[in-house]
Amino acid sequence: MAIDIIYGARVTDGVDADAKGGELWLKAADLERVSGWTHKPEGFCKGDVCVPAPAARKDEFVRGESYNLAALAELLGQPMVADAENRAYCFGEAAAERRRILTSLDAPDFTLPDLDGRMHSLSQYRGKKVFLVSWASW
Amino acid sequence: MPITIAFDSGGNAATEPWITAAKPTYPCLIDRRHVVAELYDMVNVPTAVWIDERGKIVRPSEPAGVTDAFRKMNRTNFSIPTDAMNELQAKRKAYQDALRDWVANGAKSKFALSEAEVLRRMHTPDDSQVRAAANFRLGEYLFEKGHASAAQKYFEEAKRLRPESWNYKRQAWALEDPMKAGGPEFWAAVDSLGDGKYYPGAEDI
Repeated sequence: MAIDIIYGARVTDGVDADAKGGELWLKAADLERVSGWTHKPEGFCKGDVCVPAPAARKDEFVRGESYNLAALAELLGQPMVADAENRAYCFGEAAAERRRILTSLDAPDFTLPDLDGRMHSLSQYRGKKVFLVSWASW
Repeated sequence: MPITIAFDSGGNAATEPWITAAKPTYPCLIDRRHVVAELYDMVNVPTAVWIDERGKIVRPSEPAGVTDAFRKMNRTNFSIPTDAMNELQAKRKAYQDALRDWVANGAKSKFALSEAEVLRRMHTPDDSQVRAAANFRLGEYLFEKGHASAAQKYFEEAKRLRPESWNYKRQAWALEDPMKAGGPEFWAAVDSLGDGKYYPGAEDI
């Protein structure tokens, strides 16, 4: 079944996944493409971080060459919201991770377009004071 | 360097007239998905963060030189009583003066807060608030894909999980009908605040 997956800033459309109940099973290559996580003998890994799946619950996470991204999200404390009708899943950031980033006082980086479609990252303004201010047309 | 962020799922069509009229000499960025609101835990506009040359937050998210003066507006002719208007202008001037002081004096400015004070003032999201953000994000995605009514279901859940977010409320209303974000629903929600503030924290400079 082709599913659209929003995983933080990544959006991957038409992922071949097996979704039922609260589970979302992906093949290894799709797991990495969608979420950046890979499965290794020591657990689920991204960058320097590896998170072992609880041994007693291994079947909830790994089934042959397939991996349950919903179970991984729960393990990581990430919220998951799914729209079955439109086959769209959204994985947010864990509260603990948001807290860790914000309380480091390092301004979280982002990249957004201006009206002309030119992309700007906050980090490219390092070395200047930045007054970051939100507004809206509504 | 000012950087403005428009929390606007309507993208360029919604924001272009305003940005063009401002003739900006600084980056004006369009944030259709309210990414910056999520990263910096912003629930209203205008909300500002001060970031120093090293990329460190020296003032966390706070209302940027505004007050609740608009709540005293005459809703027929949109006039605001003089005392409320004076209070708003004084607040705006005090905030702008503080900003200029920081630009001139950097870390020596009393308005650049200590780490302890930044942490004391900073709000960080809990589990239900990050769930609200995921619901809002899915709603925005579905809206962009043309599933407007499916989107509203997730906007509703985001609003329920984080009722203090005016960004969620007003953006969702605006996507239903551009006039709705400032219409009777908006005023009813503002009135339901009672003694509560629309811009909590605006009193601290």
